[in-house]
Amino acid sequence: MSQQPFLLLGNPGAASLERLPLLPFEEFRELLLHAVRDRGMRVSAFFAWEARGGRRLVAALSDDTAGRVCLTSAPAPERYACLTREAAAFHWFERELHEETGIVPEGHPWLKPIRFCSGRDGEEPAVTDYFRLHGHAAHEVAVGPVHAGVIEPGHFRFQCLGEDVHTLEISLGYQHRGVERMLVGGPSKRTPFVMETIAGDSSAAYAGAYCGLLEALDEDAGVSPRDAQIRLLAWELERIANHIGDLGALAGDVAFLQTAAFCGRIRGDFLNLTAAICGNRFGRGLVTPGGVGWKVDEMLADRLLRALDTNAADLSHALELMFEAPSVLDRLENTGTVTDGQARDIGLVGVAARACGLRRDVRVTHPYGPYGALSLSPATVRTGDVFARATVRRLELTASLELARGALRQLAGDELSKAAGRAPRVCRPSTIAVSLAEAWRGEVCQVAITDGQGRFERLKVVDPSFHNWFGLALALRNGQISDFPICNKSFNLSYCGHDL
Amino acid sequence: MLKALLARMRQGYRTKPFPYEPPQMPERFAGLPELAAGCAEGCAACADACPTEAIRRAADGSPELDLGRCLFCRRCERACASGHVAFTRQHDLAAFTREGLVRRPGMGYSHVLQPDDGIRRLIGRSLKIRQVSAGGCAACELDVNVLNTLAWDMGRFGIQMVASPRHADCILVTGPVSRNMLLALRKTWDAVPRPGFVIACGTCAISGGIYAGSPQVCDGVTDILKPDLYVPGCPPHPAVLLEALIRFMGRRLRND
Ligand code: SF4
Ligand code: SF4
Repeated sequence: MSQQPFLLLGNPGAASLERLPLLPFEEFRELLLHAVRDRGMRVSAFFAWEARGGRRLVAALSDDTAGRVCLTSAPAPERYACLTREAAAFHWFERELHEETGIVPEGHPWLKPIRFCSGRDGEEPAVTDYFRLHGHAAHEVAVGPVHAGVIEPGHFRFQCLGEDVHTLEISLGYQHRGVERMLVGGPSKRTPFVMETIAGDSSAAYAGAYCGLLEALDEDAGVSPRDAQIRLLAWELERIANHIGDLGALAGDVAFLQTAAFCGRIRGDFLNLTAAICGNRFGRGLVTPGGVGWKVDEMLADRLLRALDTNAADLSHALELMFEAPSVLDRLENTGTVTDGQARDIGLVGVAARACGLRRDVRVTHPYGPYGALSLSPATVRTGDVFARATVRRLELTASLELARGALRQLAGDELSKAAGRAPRVCRPSTIAVSLAEAWRGEVCQVAITDGQGRFERLKVVDPSFHNWFGLALALRNGQISDFPICNKSFNLSYCGHDL
Repeated sequence: MLKALLARMRQGYRTKPFPYEPPQMPERFAGLPELAAGCAEGCAACADACPTEAIRRAADGSPELDLGRCLFCRRCERACASGHVAFTRQHDLAAFTREGLVRRPGMGYSHVLQPDDGIRRLIGRSLKIRQVSAGGCAACELDVNVLNTLAWDMGRFGIQMVASPRHADCILVTGPVSRNMLLALRKTWDAVPRPGFVIACGTCAISGGIYAGSPQVCDGVTDILKPDLYVPGCPPHPAVLLEALIRFMGRRLRND
């Protein structure tokens, strides 16, 4: 029987499980390696699924050129020659796989749990083996899980030679709350809330990805043009607020207190725009299956538009101060560099990838919802350092403000059709669906597999931070411990999104 | 230098008049809910709609809403055909006891925290907080951090986040307390000088919130370290938290 090696889906997309290829494992392995190494595809998800016919490995690769998600599967072996050694982008996925199922990817360079969620004896975060550097000049610095500031828990181990960082190992899992397990059996009335809080600073993006899944699982569902614009607004306001927060935090860490202070306040002003729409500063309950939870009428749109312009003027002024200060630039440039080769190898996504010159932005490569009608291009910088990550954010702020303005202008006018949307009502049974969204950090990937009754049998969630934490570790190599705060802020990754 | 001064002039003085004046909550903000008795026999539309079992029909048939489990999502309000559940914009949500978070019909604003002279004598005019993030979604932490921005400026009231638990008067816990954070939470608490207070911030920390029932979390800090102050919300709006902290310190505000 000759079958297509991949099931190709749009974003979002769904197809009957029968159409998901089931390849012999060796063929599956070769296919994935070829796709990632030679065809430049990205690993969006790689996970085990307890199918009725036996456990399978499922891969969702993103083809950025064709704008497709390529799905395939194979029977899960108990042990196999790891993919990581030949394609590093699998390294975190294989650690996750091993931790969750006990499957052994042989030859994996560092097969340690990433979340410590197995409940197995001796597997507790921070009570575990770390990569150690031995020798006369070597010393170790351990930080966390409880950090100095108000921030999520994680543990960092620096192996240093004098002041130089030889390696940084990042050990997470403290925020693990069993999200994927909670999603099984859904959709339930709790599902949308779990989705919105996988990473609570990316609620609109996560809700958007989840809506994509549901809307792909019910062919009759559709979003009205007005609601699509409100969604776009929610997503871009989220990006804007977070990027401002990050730039302000970077300014704070290099002791440029003016911009830090201004940005802290301006970020709040943007959160308050979201709150003006839905009552909640983090956009909870705003993006809902089939549309939005709150309407934006012409009057509100007009009010928001004026507020947005005021805030935008304050912002551009605050950022100018920072980006014109030689003392700031000197600290950001050539600090924490990740090369484009490294970025490609380990599969960076989002801001961190674009700062290495990679054109990775799901809004552009796999446009969904209202993005399909826009002509966007990814904001890229080549240098891969802290400065590049800051600059990408600054560029994206300008672009996102323009997108938000565009949405608001349409909502304030009366050209948009008043056609109503249709909320998804049922999930097609025995179906696989995939949905990608570009959250402000990068790609959120959700893959749902429904059972014979249309309930979630498996829901795989991949946060952008899942791909990017190792990028932060690389950025620190041969740097100084004192570079850590700005490197960390320049990535600003999610612990809870990673830990699930 | 000149540039810095000009920038300061241009951005202006932006600290909010709150808490000296009532806060300006967003028009669509879900604050303290008001409940009404007299529900139709057999109706449980609110409870059926609620994702976290925060609302139910009490023994006497009237609705009862536990702010400590509530996500302020308004599903119950929308589900109730007789308008017996209505969210106001009132931001005074915190309570000193777990039971104080349970809302019943006709309670009015009895909710406002009464200044506790005992606490005031102990902590005087300064409250040093060690925040412990334990599970959750990080939004609670973000809105705690916001109190440090010039818009809210909690430093004015002697409230400060400290790095070392040994310098802290209290810990402020966010998140449902994931199993993986239990040890670190305990160790942090043990390092806080006694008497020491515990603040549960956010629905997760109070009851587990969205994650209640997951085997990977402890359903909040309530049964672990008996909090002295409960601040509901998912996440609590900065005005809710700042008001709660200031009142916790026993200071009087506005029309007290
Ligand atoms: S607002 Fe609170 S009580 Fe009402 S449905 Fe939502 S979580 Fe339940
Ligand atoms: S209470 Fe809500 S906002 Fe706070 S951590 Fe929990 S889920 Fe996030």
